Amino acid sequence: MFLFLIVFAIPASTFAAESNDIVRVLTLQDYNTRVVLLGTLLLGVTSGIVGTFMLLRRQALIGDVVSHSALPGVAIAFLIGEAVSPGSGRSLHWLLTGAAATGLLSVVCVGIIRRYSVVKPDAAMATVLGVFFGFGAVLFKTVQELPTGNQAGLQQFILGSASTMIASDVAIIAKATAVVLVLSLLLFKELSILSFDEDFAAVQGWPVGMLDLGLTGLVVGITVIGLESVGILMVALLITPPTAARFWTDNFARMTLVAAAIGGASATVGCLLSAIVPKLAGGPTIVLSGTAFFALSMLFGTRRGIVQGWLRHAANRRRIGRDDLLRAMYEIIEARLVSANDQSVTENGLNISSSLSGSEATEEESALFAEQAVQISELFNHRSWSVRRVRQVIAAAEREGTVRIDSETGWRLTRSGAKIARRAVRNHRLWEMYLISHAEIAPSHVDRDADDIEHVLGAEVIEQLEQLLASRVPAAIVPPSPHPL
Amino acid sequence: MESVPSNLESTTGEVTHPEWSPLSIHDMTVAYHRQPVLWDIDYDAPPGKLIAIVGPNGAGKSTLIKAALNLVPTISGSVAVFGGQYRTQRGRVGYVPQRSSVDWDFPVNALEAVTMGLYRKIGWFRPVRKHHRQLAMKALVRVGMQDFAMRQISHLSGGQQQRVFLARALAQEADLYLMDEPFAGVDAATERAIVDVLKDLQQAGKTALVVHHDLQTVAEYFDEVILLNLRLVASGPVKEVFTTENLRATYGGKLALLDQVGHRMTMRGER
Repeated sequence: MFLFLIVFAIPASTFAAESNDIVRVLTLQDYNTRVVLLGTLLLGVTSGIVGTFMLLRRQALIGDVVSHSALPGVAIAFLIGEAVSPGSGRSLHWLLTGAAATGLLSVVCVGIIRRYSVVKPDAAMATVLGVFFGFGAVLFKTVQELPTGNQAGLQQFILGSASTMIASDVAIIAKATAVVLVLSLLLFKELSILSFDEDFAAVQGWPVGMLDLGLTGLVVGITVIGLESVGILMVALLITPPTAARFWTDNFARMTLVAAAIGGASATVGCLLSAIVPKLAGGPTIVLSGTAFFALSMLFGTRRGIVQGWLRHAANRRRIGRDDLLRAMYEIIEARLVSANDQSVTENGLNISSSLSGSEATEEESALFAEQAVQISELFNHRSWSVRRVRQVIAAAEREGTVRIDSETGWRLTRSGAKIARRAVRNHRLWEMYLISHAEIAPSHVDRDADDIEHVLGAEVIEQLEQLLASRVPAAIVPPSPHPL
Repeated sequence: MESVPSNLESTTGEVTHPEWSPLSIHDMTVAYHRQPVLWDIDYDAPPGKLIAIVGPNGAGKSTLIKAALNLVPTISGSVAVFGGQYRTQRGRVGYVPQRSSVDWDFPVNALEAVTMGLYRKIGWFRPVRKHHRQLAMKALVRVGMQDFAMRQISHLSGGQQQRVFLARALAQEADLYLMDEPFAGVDAATERAIVDVLKDLQQAGKTALVVHHDLQTVAEYFDEVILLNLRLVASGPVKEVFTTENLRATYGGKLALLDQVGHRMTMRGER
């Protein structure tokens, strides 16, 4: 143990020649590294699980209150221990008992304030935290001024000192982990209904108060056990992993697993980093590793990550641009065909050949539309697009194979492009007709309104529109535009 | 507040039905932080009826339901469910809370949320099994939400969320349903679905007490009505109780609309 401390005390000058040590740490050759790593790993996994329940119960701040309020308990336990028989105040079990006692007391205080006064929950928690932590700070000062106080090592309860963890500490953590794992497996159903809808759980007859107390007990237990190695920042190890996990999944059980994994990974990374880099405190390093995992999850999470949001937005924008381009080309060609051959227009819309019915375009029709070239200048007249946007959209459509180049300034629909265009036009016009007939929007306003919404119409909505407008769109053909193009 | 003639209270404490009243409230008073919210409520729900609870904002409609379910502490009074203590009758009571009472960002899908209605039946420590999910699915079908079973609940519309809540209560197979504003802010399809479910429940001989805010539809959807404004103003069959005077007594004559509605109701009653 002492050797390990000495390694940490080696000045930074020796750091350069330490690559051997890095390998030693990473390959876990030191007994101490193994002990510390195992302890913090278990702690990370456990707090990830408990933290998930706590977070979903919207009790994230309770962990904060508990960890700060455990401090006066540590000091009081030390003072009592020293008063009864000098030297016994330093027993870890005794100190942790004190921490748990004031930690629990703080939760009880918050509960009492919430129940019997109109103080808002966050204010109640902040007040209790302040009072307990302030009291703890005063007591710590008192302890330091005692002759035995300086060597008591109580400071480690503030910042934590993972590196001084010994096998018996790990044994405590392992027991706690086992308890938490068993309880959260057994009570998964109960804790999830409690977290989602407390009133409903109570009406069903679950002992909501008891379950809540049990969950709080787990939070207090984990916080207190982690206090020695991670310190007050223990709350971060409770909250950060589940918050990060939420970016990866929409499923409670999976979220719990991911949170446990992130908690374990943060602990491992933090622990190894602090073993490699001299003078890097273990607790805060673990917390910072957790924060790094949180940042990564927020960016790259598959459910709600920022990058994924951007990608989806970009894909949407591309699809909307594509639909708009194809629709514009279709309508330009349609207008040409109509004016070239007036009798082909029936009352119900474009009817170029008799086989033109059904919501899918026939080969003939697609071929007919694919023959015609559309000039870029026509597109500008048709839609108020910028030059850049038109280029972008056309380039994307060409890559996709829905348009092909005809001449230097002209483009044609491909057959598959014509089919997609037909569908887009049809949906657009169905929606326009719906807006005019059912939402009483003036025909002159309808195009823009339809533009906003048509891209999100699903097959289900289109079907409903067809049913609603059945009398006006008899066979599923492309109806005429309800307003001048 | 003006006093209301006692003959308006058609329900007395007597047992007028062969069965026990599904919900019998006696002398109940509730206060939040010393501010009284419900005063001395006496009410016996007739069995097999759809009952609307109507009253202005802050009249204590939700509180009445919550107090009956023991979710808020009462200062005085007692509640009997099917003639027994509520504690022993829990299994027969289904609750549909206000939609806004939970965080819809919770990581479950619609089916999992509905399955929660079965948790008590499944019991302590036991996992959810396939046939539980099938039961939950049936409840989703009853509210027309089967296509959304796998959707994350935060991605549902307000009306769909409300139907999930309803399905969760239905999965419980209760005999008495207490619903807190199920019609608040829902789309037409959801309103229709809820009404259909209510009629189904009634046909199956179940009772439902529903906090309702739309006076126009009270007569259409419900058999009985409770008019509430801190006190019980009146209760009984819609035809007898949903009158202009009673509405005025409930709402304090604040709304011009009430006169019209009341008038229409009187006309309907006379016809």
